[in-house]
Amino acid sequence: MDALSTAIGLAYIFAAVLFILGLRYLGSPATARRGNLLAAIAMLIAIIVTLLDRQIVGFTWILIAIIIGTVIGSFSARLVKMTAMPQMVGIFNGLGGGASALVALAEFWRLSILSAELPLDFSITTLLSVFIGGLTFTGSMIAFGKLQGLVSGSPITFPLQKVVNALLMVAVVVLGVLIAGFDPSNILFLIVTLLALTLGVMLVIPIGGADMPVVISLLNSFSGLAACAAGFVVQNHILIIAGALVGAAGLILTQIMCKAMNRPLSNVLFGAFGTGDQAAGAVDAGGDKSVKAVDGEEAAMILGYAQSVVVVPGFGMAAAQAQHAVRELSELLQKRGIEVKFAIHPVAGRMPGHMNVLLAEANVPYTLLFDMDDINPEFPHIDVVLVIGANDVINPAARNDTTSPIYGMPILDVDKARHVMIIKRSLNVGFAGIDNPLFYDPKTLMYFGSAKEKVQELVAEIKKL
Amino acid sequence: MPQELMIGLTIFVLSAFVGFEVITKVPPTLHTPLMSGANAISGIAIIGALLITGRNGEPFELILGVIAIVFATVNVVGGFLVTDRMLQMFKKKDGKSPKA
Repeated sequence: MDALSTAIGLAYIFAAVLFILGLRYLGSPATARRGNLLAAIAMLIAIIVTLLDRQIVGFTWILIAIIIGTVIGSFSARLVKMTAMPQMVGIFNGLGGGASALVALAEFWRLSILSAELPLDFSITTLLSVFIGGLTFTGSMIAFGKLQGLVSGSPITFPLQKVVNALLMVAVVVLGVLIAGFDPSNILFLIVTLLALTLGVMLVIPIGGADMPVVISLLNSFSGLAACAAGFVVQNHILIIAGALVGAAGLILTQIMCKAMNRPLSNVLFGAFGTGDQAAGAVDAGGDKSVKAVDGEEAAMILGYAQSVVVVPGFGMAAAQAQHAVRELSELLQKRGIEVKFAIHPVAGRMPGHMNVLLAEANVPYTLLFDMDDINPEFPHIDVVLVIGANDVINPAARNDTTSPIYGMPILDVDKARHVMIIKRSLNVGFAGIDNPLFYDPKTLMYFGSAKEKVQELVAEIKKL
Repeated sequence: MPQELMIGLTIFVLSAFVGFEVITKVPPTLHTPLMSGANAISGIAIIGALLITGRNGEPFELILGVIAIVFATVNVVGGFLVTDRMLQMFKKKDGKSPKA
């Protein structure tokens, strides 16, 4: 090994250490920002020393591409609204996966032209890289489309969907064996690429909006694994290390999300949750029961004269961008001497930690935010729970109705509080198509309207008290 | 099995375990930043993209390489910046009682 290669190798090891430290620091509030910075420095080091590699002889295209990417990346990172964060993360994810797939494709293309026989391990790792990367690319784009509202957020299903997916999968395997064992053909490899892209679309379209936290974290994991596979293809260890770290991080988050819904990953991915067929029985139950609706004045009285209030935010708050109004309301209540807390369900919103990010943006101190396990024992002592755009995470059917599709999912026990006030557009069922018996509970008050308008109305009314 | 593959697999398995060990018990507040930070790291594919673009090969390879660099750079730059933006919000809001 000559001096240059040694230096490059050592720099890669240093970068790997920084990546590991960066991820560790990202796991604790006090050090998270430093962790992100360390990881960014690691990336910069890795990029710079790679450019010193003797394999690299032309720099023009590299520079142009990096400049384009930097401009797009920094503008989108600066301009994106916090409410649009899930789709932004989705896109970035997809691009990482896409890059890995392209690397594998280019490498296969080059070597298959050079020789009629390729080493088995090379064929397998290129196939894996293009498969995982391609699937991550289109899967993330569909997730983006769903979150952005470009594609329907509810599950899209069609007859024989699973059979079609299984056939696609079989086709990939058959072609893979052909390529690796018999004929390293460019055309076959392109077909595998196209099949992977198709599978990415097919696997994400049947997944409903509220299952997105799981999908986003899983795709995150995949983008790491794709980079890993690309590392085997170009025989570069830093890709393997960084990719494996991301793969692990994504998998951990996926597990946390699945646990929070008490559903196995397979059910989230293939259950096409909320297509109606599983939920049909539960929906009828709503029928002709009556609900108690309140107007702004009455709602303000109830909140304004309470002693303790717990706010439960959900996707509705994000969709209406009501987080700033919610912060104003909570400060107003606190000024009146009312104890205010926020209860955050792990899968509220569309990505892990979605509500925390939004409330942080609105300057709600994170000491007021409580996890499900911490807040649940407190509900019996709470005067009023104010639910803003959440539904399934407070549905008591998950606790006591064994026929409910969400039975077994841990929920926030808001029904144990003295009063529950729910801000909701209408009585429509949530994403899962499941009716919520809490709406018809005598102690529940429905406050119909858009989250932002209603919270602003509450603020105005409470000021008049 | 080729030696290079064996070394690669060893590194992969050990790194994955390091990942699992390092990222246990993340508070929910940090779920999004952890995800988007990890996401930015997955842009490490840029290294592969640099290697295939820089050797000035066939036009087709070059095109794929340039697209791959653009993709990965957006992932890396955007990912780290957006994570920092989020973490900045977490930081400034609580002057009274920082939680370790």
